[in-house]
Amino acid sequence: MRSPVARGEEAQAPPRPPAARRPWWRSRAAKGAAYASPAAAFVVMFFVVPLLLVGRMSASEWPLLQGDQGTNFPDNFDGMTDDRLFWPAVGFTLKYTVIVVAILLVLAMIMALIVQERRPGVTFFRTAYFLPVALGLASASLLFWGFFSPSIGPIDPILRDLGLIDGNIRWIGTPNMALLSTIALVVWKFAGFFMIILLVGLQSIPTEVYEAARIDGANRVQTFFRVTLPLLRPSLALVLILSITGSLLAFDQFFILTNGGPDNSTVTVVMLIYREAFQRFDLGTAAALSVVVLVVLLVVNIVQFRFLRRGTD
Amino acid sequence: MRHATRTRRRLRLVSIAASFAALAMVASSCGGDDDGNGDAGDGNGDEGDTAAEGDAADGMGVDDGSTITMWTRAATEAQSQRLVDAYNESHENQVELTVVPTDDYLPRLGTAAGAGELPDVVGLDVVFVPQFTTVGAFLDITDRIEALPFADSIAPSHVDVGTFEDRKHVVPHTMDLSVYFYNKDLYEQAGLDPEQPPATLEEFAEHARAIDDLGDDVHGTFFGGNCPGCYVFTWWPSIWADGHEVMNDDGTEAMLDSPEAQAVYDVWKGLVEDDVIAPGTQDEAGPTWTGVFPEGDIGIMPMPSTTLGLMPEDFETGVAPIRGIDGGESTFVGGDSVGIAANSEVPDQAWNFIAWTLSDEAQIEVVAANDDVVARTDLATNKYSEQDERLVTINEVAAQGRTPYTLKFWEAFNDPQGPWLPLVRGYVFGDGSTIEADNEAITAVLQSG
Repeated sequence: MRSPVARGEEAQAPPRPPAARRPWWRSRAAKGAAYASPAAAFVVMFFVVPLLLVGRMSASEWPLLQGDQGTNFPDNFDGMTDDRLFWPAVGFTLKYTVIVVAILLVLAMIMALIVQERRPGVTFFRTAYFLPVALGLASASLLFWGFFSPSIGPIDPILRDLGLIDGNIRWIGTPNMALLSTIALVVWKFAGFFMIILLVGLQSIPTEVYEAARIDGANRVQTFFRVTLPLLRPSLALVLILSITGSLLAFDQFFILTNGGPDNSTVTVVMLIYREAFQRFDLGTAAALSVVVLVVLLVVNIVQFRFLRRGTD
Repeated sequence: MRHATRTRRRLRLVSIAASFAALAMVASSCGGDDDGNGDAGDGNGDEGDTAAEGDAADGMGVDDGSTITMWTRAATEAQSQRLVDAYNESHENQVELTVVPTDDYLPRLGTAAGAGELPDVVGLDVVFVPQFTTVGAFLDITDRIEALPFADSIAPSHVDVGTFEDRKHVVPHTMDLSVYFYNKDLYEQAGLDPEQPPATLEEFAEHARAIDDLGDDVHGTFFGGNCPGCYVFTWWPSIWADGHEVMNDDGTEAMLDSPEAQAVYDVWKGLVEDDVIAPGTQDEAGPTWTGVFPEGDIGIMPMPSTTLGLMPEDFETGVAPIRGIDGGESTFVGGDSVGIAANSEVPDQAWNFIAWTLSDEAQIEVVAANDDVVARTDLATNKYSEQDERLVTINEVAAQGRTPYTLKFWEAFNDPQGPWLPLVRGYVFGDGSTIEADNEAITAVLQSG
């Protein structure tokens, strides 16, 4: 409740002219929208529209050569599990993801810790670790395919000349070796990239925190697990999200290096999508698979974020 | 704290958006049809749709300085490029050749056909032709073919495979036949007569064993053991050679578990078990399978005839027909067929190029002159083949060759994840216990919609 005095002051004040209203197109909001519109248009054109198209394809009979033959929902989704390669591909993709993410995370962390502090030679190691990142994945896969080829690869002849082996090593000739060889390629290619992310995270941790831990009597192991890892959580989250998403979407490395073999042992889910779309010419089933992968990735990332957020609130 | 929460929220949004974007890219990369109708032409490829018919009355099309676009796969680039270069030099029309990596060719072609954006002239592995003719991707060129003065002499395999509802859509462009290549130097060293190549499949195995006994780095034979297309190309002729079949006539039922087929697999299985094959055979997925023989350490193996010109001169290469168990001979008539895309705006000019590639001039001075197989039976013996008996052998065996017909060739036989590779690998490298189930799986694919 206002005081009478205040009410009196208000009464004596001259009436203020109504503020001149700017036209909407000169408002801050309109300017903001104008700045954002190119990016928004880009997102709509190259993200929203393709997504809607994929959604429509997934609910349609859509051979590549004949085009849209009308809605057939949910046939494409029902039919995808009938493919004898579907469940093995799902299982293999998950297995590959678990193995490669674990190796990448541990190795990138070790590499980041090695090159964290400035000391003689560290620049060389940083460069050496990061160098494979500059190579495209397809090129790297082709390079490794050449290395592993029983016909033209140099590794076997070198090992034979050194007397280490007799005959050939079947680098991509057995299911386990094909998986391990591909993992070797991916780790070689991406460990440096994740090392850089973790290195940036490590260097953003204030030295005072380490000093405080040392004063409190923490040894190196305790410091790592009680100080470094918790403060590195945002960087670890990024590494996990990128590596898990990338592994679940694995395609190039297997397509080039193993072509899904031997005996269909290295077929990934995205290879199935490619096969359905461009080799079996069935865009509908390919789109349905894409939608399923999209949903799975969304769930995985949401779960990851919820998990990693715990403890920081 | 509020700032931290907001940051996390943003991060979450960014993550979700990133996931969507990643998936959208994967999914959208699968799309190839911008307008959504996927029309691969008018559906019937009726040449009456085109305007400049009058000029094509002589059967050789129109040469008026037009630009003609053409696609081919890398595997047959050399042959196509030579024909294009010779045509461009002697004609007003100019052909612009685009070479696509072989493994990407079928997807690229399918996407273009779906969008109605095929080039004027389409070169295509002959086994995939039915997949495109049945959806109207090619122009009906029946009348154009029949108007050619040498129409009856065009090698029939490719034309037959491209015939749909009694209308012809393609002609042969490059002929690639499977034949035995054998190293005459190694034959001599092994005490074999280099002028007496194998007369039966069993004899082929005997020769391979004899050469393998030379030891050191010499091996009897080699094959693409993880390459489904290589098996088709090099082993099926041994089944055909004695008059047996791999499929029924309309390509809807596989017969690859027949006793006759198993007899062929058994010969190869024996070579595998006796370690007569070179290292790496079991893992050879295709890209380098033709690169082993030229190294000079392999006695005899089935090879593509198109590689004859690439053989080194430091040993003498002999050529012989692929044999069956009973001594018959046959070959897989592969290579590329060529047709006019239904969406072509210059079909008469495109036909001018195609018709010229089949002419005496092109077949002798371009194709035969470069040790390639001619696409006309009346030119099988020519001034170049007379100088090289190996070319005569190849040209002659072409007449006994086969090109299998099915609408599902890629899915059933060429797909590395398809049912054919497990059948043949399971038999040759395993115990063969799944051969009947694998054959049924192939039939299921052949009959799928």
